[in-house]
Amino acid sequence: MSAPNRIVAWSVALSTLLVGVVIASAALGPVRIDPLTVSRVILNLAGVGAHEVPATHRTIVADVRLPRILLAATVGFALAAAGTVMQGFFRNPLADPSIIGVSSGAAVGAVAAIAFPALVPIGSVHLPAFVGALVTAFLVYAIATEGGRTPVATLLLAGVAIQAFLGAVISFMVVHSGENLREAVIWMMGHLHRSSWGDVGFALPVTLVGVLVLGAYTREMNVLLLGEEDAQNLGVSVERTKLLLLALASLVTAAGVAVAGVIGFVGLVVPHMMRLIVGPDHRILLPTSALAGASFLVIADTVARVGAFGLPIVPVGIVTATVGAPFFLYLLTSREVHAL
Amino acid sequence: MTDGDALPTAREGARIDVEDVAVSFGETAVLEDVSLTIEPGEFVGLVGPNGAGKTTLLRAMSGSLEPDRGTVDVDGAPLHERSSKGASRLVAVVPQNTGLSFSFDVRTVVEMGRYPHRSRFSPPGEADREAVDRALERTRTAQFADRPIDEVSGGERQRVVLARAIAQQTPVLLLDEPTASLDVNHQIETLELVREFVAEGRTAVAAIHDLDLAARYCDRLVVLSEGAVLESGPPESVLNRNVLAAAFDANAVVTESPVTRTPTVSALRATDAEATVPDRVHVVGGGSTAASVVAELAAADCTCTVGPVTGGDAAAELARGQGFETISVEPFAPLSDVDRAAVRGAIEAAGVTVVADLEVGAGNQLLLEELAGRESIAVVEDRPFTERNHAGERARELYERCRQRGVVTPPTDVLEAIAEAATRTEPSRTELEADDD
Repeated sequence: MSAPNRIVAWSVALSTLLVGVVIASAALGPVRIDPLTVSRVILNLAGVGAHEVPATHRTIVADVRLPRILLAATVGFALAAAGTVMQGFFRNPLADPSIIGVSSGAAVGAVAAIAFPALVPIGSVHLPAFVGALVTAFLVYAIATEGGRTPVATLLLAGVAIQAFLGAVISFMVVHSGENLREAVIWMMGHLHRSSWGDVGFALPVTLVGVLVLGAYTREMNVLLLGEEDAQNLGVSVERTKLLLLALASLVTAAGVAVAGVIGFVGLVVPHMMRLIVGPDHRILLPTSALAGASFLVIADTVARVGAFGLPIVPVGIVTATVGAPFFLYLLTSREVHAL
Repeated sequence: MTDGDALPTAREGARIDVEDVAVSFGETAVLEDVSLTIEPGEFVGLVGPNGAGKTTLLRAMSGSLEPDRGTVDVDGAPLHERSSKGASRLVAVVPQNTGLSFSFDVRTVVEMGRYPHRSRFSPPGEADREAVDRALERTRTAQFADRPIDEVSGGERQRVVLARAIAQQTPVLLLDEPTASLDVNHQIETLELVREFVAEGRTAVAAIHDLDLAARYCDRLVVLSEGAVLESGPPESVLNRNVLAAAFDANAVVTESPVTRTPTVSALRATDAEATVPDRVHVVGGGSTAASVVAELAAADCTCTVGPVTGGDAAAELARGQGFETISVEPFAPLSDVDRAAVRGAIEAAGVTVVADLEVGAGNQLLLEELAGRESIAVVEDRPFTERNHAGERARELYERCRQRGVVTPPTDVLEAIAEAATRTEPSRTELEADDD
């Protein structure tokens, strides 16, 4: 199959899977709802026809479950896409979306707003988290840039250093957060409860635009995998492309983290799984990873929300870490780590 | 930025002007005031020892590295003043090491060579597909085009990178050690391919470790040493003992390969005996043993005379190539009086005479009579004399006398033996003078 056909085929397949997963997830919960009813509610929301559904079911699906499910899909989409970009960018299989400190920056903003509501009187956690994430990404980039060049190794180390520093700041705030401690901890684990249509309205457009623009740079990502000097010799404007990739990946990550907290392993594990299946070509890897990431997080959050397999209800970050960490160890001992 | 759209078509070459380029990494100066012009349709080889600055010079030419001082113009303007894509439609690079540790298939890697020719949103066109197919074919990589790049051998990988550069269809091709990890057949194939490229009027510059290959394929060699151009010119004139000694600190002799008719460099071991080898040595004998004696002496900066030898003999050819005098005789003919006198003259003019695995027949038995009784003789023996003696008992006696007076040595220690034979000259002269009194 030619490359464009493969991209289309995989994208259609994974989009179908995502729709199926969303419907199944919306059907599950304390109140079981027929998937057909769920579909009707979704079609009504989308403005396709006017189907007859019971009012309570409509409320549960449209006002309670769907915002959370769509937010999970959006965040999974964003983190998996950003993770794919970062792993290619750093030519490092262990890179994740937050490698340059985006999550730590978001956590500083969010925890500050949660722990000291008097000092950060915004009333929202999203905005300080989003701003904290972007400021940190910019700071790391600025520190690692010298004479118009941003060596990837310097960027990585600057990210590690800034994360360590921000970690101390976060710990300090958590220790002094008093009665808000529990909420701060839950935020940092990554959670999707209390999701609203407003969250979706913020995260979804940012994510879609960011990933679409990234999609236009997949050939550059491929060529950059050859190394920066080769990429330059092949006509890639290396520093400009690096800045653009880093900025967009950070933006998309920031949008996800701001609404859902620090959900680990999605951006690390999903791109690897897809790379094993579709290969390293970013033209196909980026869209498939993003779509698979969306499905993955919807499933993980359903487990977290419903308490499937007899598990208690937990923040979704615990579920992704429980699934992701063993897979990460598997990667460490497999060939995949050595050959990106 | 000037856009690269108004470029010459890929069929034409472009001129490269390197002017007073200096590059240093920290405190270390890697290139110092290098100036060099490379014309369209020229294949220039950069040679020199490790650390001479070959790769750095190539990187300055490709625009990967901006020199601290000086300019590199390609087709009339510095590459960094062009757009990235414009520059890559002008110069293609085959780097020594490419980070190909991921599993793109070979065709995808070669397709990356088309990057500078394509716009962001258009799918690859007919010209792109054609360029890729042709590059795969020319480099003989088409048969494994669908295999992942990290599963092909190092040599195959190097050819894939060459294919990528060819698919780029640029007027200039820069290659850093393109043959370094290749089998001998692929080395030749690769350089033949570069020659074809140059025959189309394009320009090629390659850093090449192997001096013989460089001499065989390049129009011009530029010898770099310690960051400066030491010599530049056609291989025959650049590759000589003095340049090799200065650039590589090598004790080497340059001969013409009888097969390719191009210069071939044989580096010889450095020897302590060199200092004590006399200025002039006469070599008697022919064939490969005599030839290697002549080569070692030439490398030791000693003037040789050789003879009597027949015209096409290996030692005679080698000696003539080094500008040494030879005494040529007809094969199998008896040694004439004239030739015998010439040989005697040569022996007397030389500090030492080397008898190199000499074959004795009826024709040259007289030679042994010239030699027997002399002290300053080095007898180089590869085969036992019985195998080389076609003349009989008298010849064996004479040869035995040479062995007794001279220094007998296997072919491996010739210079030491010559040095020792040279020391024997003095006492024998004193004796002669004493006899006169």
